[in-house]
Amino acid sequence: MLTYILRRLALALSVILATLVSAFLLFFAGPSDPAQAMCPETRCNATRLAAITKSIGLDKPLTVQFFDYFKGLFFGRDFVYAGDTVHCGAPCLGFSFVTRRSVNEELFTRFPNTIVLALMAAVVFVTVGVTLGIIAAVRRGSATDRGLVGASQVLGSIPYYVLALLVALYPVILWNVLPQYSSISAGVGPYFMGMLAPALILGFVTSASYVRYTRNSMIETLSMDYIRTARSKGISERTVLYKHGFRAAMSPIATILGLDIAALLTGTLITEQIFGVDGIGRRGLAALKAFDLPVIMGTVLIGAVVVVFMNLVVDIAYSFIDPRVRLS
Amino acid sequence: MSAQTLLKVTDLQRHFPIREVQGLRMVRATVKAVDGISFSVKEGQTLGLVGESGCGKSTTSRLVTRLDEPTGGTIEFGGRDITHLKEHELRDIRRDVQMIFQDPYSSLNPRQTVGAILSTPLRVHGLHRGKEKARVQELLELVGLNPEHINRYPSEFSGGQRQRIGIARALAVEPKLIIADEPVSALDVSIQAQVMNLLAKLRNELDLAFIFVAHDLGVVRHFCDQVAVMYLGKIVEFGDKKKIYEAPEHPYTQALLSAAPDINVARGIAPKERIRLIGDVPSPIDPPSGCRFRTRCWKAQDICAQEEPPLVTATADVASRAFREGGVHLQACHFPEVKTDLVAEVPA
Amino acid sequence: MTASVNTISTQSAEARNAGDVVLDVSDLSVAFPTEEGVVKAVSNLTYQARLGRTLAIVGESGSGKSVSSMAVLGLHNPKRTQITGSIKLDGIELVGAPASTFQKIRSTKAAMVFQDPQSSLHPFHKVGKQIAEAYQAHNKVSKQVAMKRAVEMLDLVGIPNPQRRANSYPHEFSGGMRQRAMIALGLVNNPKLLIADEPTTALDVTVQAQILDLVNDLQKEFGSAVILITHDLAVVAETADDILVMYAGRGVEKGSAKEVLAQPSHPYTYGLLQSLPSHSEDLEELRAIKGTPPSLLNLPSGCSFHPRCEFKSQVEGDACWTQLPAWRPTPGLHNREIRCHLADPVATLKHDEEAR
Repeated sequence: MLTYILRRLALALSVILATLVSAFLLFFAGPSDPAQAMCPETRCNATRLAAITKSIGLDKPLTVQFFDYFKGLFFGRDFVYAGDTVHCGAPCLGFSFVTRRSVNEELFTRFPNTIVLALMAAVVFVTVGVTLGIIAAVRRGSATDRGLVGASQVLGSIPYYVLALLVALYPVILWNVLPQYSSISAGVGPYFMGMLAPALILGFVTSASYVRYTRNSMIETLSMDYIRTARSKGISERTVLYKHGFRAAMSPIATILGLDIAALLTGTLITEQIFGVDGIGRRGLAALKAFDLPVIMGTVLIGAVVVVFMNLVVDIAYSFIDPRVRLS
Repeated sequence: MSAQTLLKVTDLQRHFPIREVQGLRMVRATVKAVDGISFSVKEGQTLGLVGESGCGKSTTSRLVTRLDEPTGGTIEFGGRDITHLKEHELRDIRRDVQMIFQDPYSSLNPRQTVGAILSTPLRVHGLHRGKEKARVQELLELVGLNPEHINRYPSEFSGGQRQRIGIARALAVEPKLIIADEPVSALDVSIQAQVMNLLAKLRNELDLAFIFVAHDLGVVRHFCDQVAVMYLGKIVEFGDKKKIYEAPEHPYTQALLSAAPDINVARGIAPKERIRLIGDVPSPIDPPSGCRFRTRCWKAQDICAQEEPPLVTATADVASRAFREGGVHLQACHFPEVKTDLVAEVPA
Repeated sequence: MTASVNTISTQSAEARNAGDVVLDVSDLSVAFPTEEGVVKAVSNLTYQARLGRTLAIVGESGSGKSVSSMAVLGLHNPKRTQITGSIKLDGIELVGAPASTFQKIRSTKAAMVFQDPQSSLHPFHKVGKQIAEAYQAHNKVSKQVAMKRAVEMLDLVGIPNPQRRANSYPHEFSGGMRQRAMIALGLVNNPKLLIADEPTTALDVTVQAQILDLVNDLQKEFGSAVILITHDLAVVAETADDILVMYAGRGVEKGSAKEVLAQPSHPYTYGLLQSLPSHSEDLEELRAIKGTPPSLLNLPSGCSFHPRCEFKSQVEGDACWTQLPAWRPTPGLHNREIRCHLADPVATLKHDEEAR
């Protein structure tokens, strides 16, 4: 197990590295000039552009820039701005071209907001989705089942942003049933209350697919021979369903769940944008618009780490659920 | 009468490397699925491969059809070495050697009509150009299906009929050798006999050679000329059908024959002597040293663990009927001994 | 091994008299309504299973042999199954019985061993626990006592090192060991009836022999009734006392297993036996039954076997097409019943065999 985890971590590191290199190269391959974007349109001239380019270090050769970036990640680096030298300790993600603030600070102050939103949503879609999915499977073919499957299909076919906008508009802004988002500095209570609306809608909509996954997985499990064996023992139907059926039905769900949480953690772009949640998805989008390379690289890095980590968690969890799976 | 050797397999091997976790360590091991077997099949002859799970009979059929590549030994077909031919060089072999599979449900594409299933091999090999439909109908008739059903889908046929479609597909390209891997074991008893009869009829009419892989000893006895008994990747006994069934010398063959339940018991024929083996077949990963059967053999002695017994001419009692009649008979045991009472004689 | 047998088999205080009827099935019909129509899986089936005896129910796929036995344990989904007739298990009527009745009789009065031990044991639970669970469901005992009982059962069915093996998962067992564990699970509450549904079909020949021996030995020890569902007539010849041959959801012939196989008196039983390769060794052609079994959605009129029957021309009039033959004793044979219109089936079949 330990050797397995170590090997996986080594592999994870190389995946993250490869992701960073590709992101870097993609950025420079595209028609992106951050200096141009920062140069004020009316008063931009060649000298000014060159000055900006130099000030953010884009005049150096690509390899040097890349080397500097990695040096910063592992050992920290020094930046010179307008004569002042600023030290940026490892892991240094650099400074935003646009805001001139440390990327570490920019992202790490926002990442918790994304995490809270993602986890609150996950709690919603796991409880709602799995519970309703089990109910649908157990009452397969009944009106309840058909209603649940139908509802989840309807929910899944409406564009998410429409639903999110409706929630942001009616309960939050017009009816004032749910409070608006406020940053943590305004207090813990209001902060979590403000997260409620985005987390609920995100969780609720995602739960539609979990109803279907869970239902299908549970129905498949209940048709297994070992469920018939369990019934033939004379144990109660509850025990058959939950002790024998549920755990087996959940093992495929664990994989989907891990990847979904990873996807949410890398930024719930639409939700953050609509509800004004100050998370990394929204920050990353702003950075993309401004060709703000250090911030883009920062979000890519966080995304890669989260995905790789969640994959590892899923595999380890799987080995606990299913004794046939041995980590090797 | 002097039939040519069609297929010659020499010291055939297929080892699969695997990695296994034992505690915290990773261990590399080898599955010796087929481990040095030799046999040959003449034109028009039928060889039966029998044995239990893990004996390598299915792997052997995949190697002979070159759906898989051997890790050792040679396969010659029609005098040509095909052991390591590349996919594009296998074209002729794909035509001469065809396979019939066990499961008539999963081996036919459910989205193709019977006509499409049967004309694809014709098109691939450029046979009966322009007259494919006529050939397909001829094939359907040959296997006892209604030629008018050419536009039906596999799901519209019963299990036995589907197996007939599988047989027609194999015959489409006029092969010389057919590998039949448990062709009737998924079928009901009353349908099994129909399909066996069809195979026998086709064998006679088209002068086909067969390798017939099966676990049902009765079916093999009915259909085959020669039989190879396999155990954990090795041939332990080989010979003409009569020798294997009526005068087996290897203890595993004897155990296999005596374990198969015998319907003749109901006809008042005394039950044959019972040999009861202990336990299951060991894993083909790191099989037992020396003789592989020794862990379940009642005759095993020290030498069995040390030396692997070679496949040699059986040392049948010179006075016995089995010896006098002649024919091929090889066995691989350190302590061979003829048993003649394992298969009940059928009353006339 | 034998030591534990005694303690286990004497736990039941009830007397078990060999020959007592423990399962009495009469006029049982099982149907599954589907979109294409009603699948008549079992029609008007009547049979008995007796203590100390093995009844083989023989038939091909779709003959209803498994469906009828699953009805005994109530393993069909009641919402999607129509069951009529009567199933009396140890005096308890099970047709129309509530779920609580089935929960009580499962494992204690009747248990089932299924075909594929690989898929019939829960892959996530330890073998010992799976057996202990069945014991605990019917006995007010602690986990430890139930576990001890499970280990005893594993020992009883010949699993070496049972203490350790009880803590293994099914995938760590070989095929034969898994089927032994399934049998241990079946017998843990000492039921009066054990239904073995193709218990050896998924196993190798040498292992099949071991399992059949084990079932036979345990039956002697426990004195229970065994129903052996199989398509393999050779297995029946060697292990069963009585036989019921089924075709398209109906019984067609019943009697002593050995006698029926030695001298079948129904054209279907006769046809099955004739088609076996062991019967016609070295004959060029096997004697196959023509045609295929009928669709259960649309059974033939009269006798279901008539479209495939070679002897229907020997029945006067149109009885084979129009009338469902009733059970009747075979003329000239003792202790034998068939459903066939032939006037003298024994003579007809004998004449046919001699004519070959």
